[in-house]
Amino acid sequence: MIHKTTQLSLPSRLETVERVAAVANDIAARCGFDADAIFGIELAVREAVSNAVLHGNREDETKPVEVSFTDSGANLTIIIRDHGAGFDPAEVPDPTRAENLLNPSGRGLLFIRTFMDEVAWMRHPGGGMVVRMVKRRPR
Amino acid sequence: MAELNIKERQAGDVTILDLSGKITIGEGSVALRSAIRRLLSEGKKKILLNLGGVSYVDSSGIGELVSSYTAVNKEGGQLKLLNLTQKIQDLLAITKLLTVFDVYEDEATALESFS
Repeated sequence: MIHKTTQLSLPSRLETVERVAAVANDIAARCGFDADAIFGIELAVREAVSNAVLHGNREDETKPVEVSFTDSGANLTIIIRDHGAGFDPAEVPDPTRAENLLNPSGRGLLFIRTFMDEVAWMRHPGGGMVVRMVKRRPR
Repeated sequence: MAELNIKERQAGDVTILDLSGKITIGEGSVALRSAIRRLLSEGKKKILLNLGGVSYVDSSGIGELVSSYTAVNKEGGQLKLLNLTQKIQDLLAITKLLTVFDVYEDEATALESFS
């Protein structure tokens, strides 16, 4: 099985979100996912890249956001790395709890977990945070 | 090209905003925030957001809908949603916000609900 990988390294600014989202949409379509799955993959990528640009790298353009898409045939694996201080996803409040429903932010991780089949956040040994997201191809 | 286009109409004392395009992080969310602030500054506090033409929303856009709702409520007004696409409805269900927003599929019914 040949693994096809696309890698991007982009500056930490909001335009990067749109750019990576467009690439995610193209790749997901090429992988043969249906429209609902493509929507979910694009949304998860938008949320993860937004987090990397805003919360991770804090829009410091000297810090890149690194993205890779790997199509292994069975799965599409997307890895996004920032160069920020990192965070503990377990500490992020649940936005669906009654007391958080009217918060203006904090729903990105929920969308990532909802639309991807596997998600893991980890600290990169070289610094920064990595999120690894997998979408399985329907058999 | 603007990410989000907003057209304003008036139906009695209800202001309808017909939104088309994307409500996503950056320009789209900011455009919606500015429009709501302007309406409130003009004393227009009954607002119906027609989302029928919205092709994409992310968590920032959902957050902006929530902020719009709380800003209008704070001024003693009402903000309601019209013509949710299936995707927006799904995102509001996932975030449990369908229980927060007043949602309508029909403009006449939505307008009546303000009186």
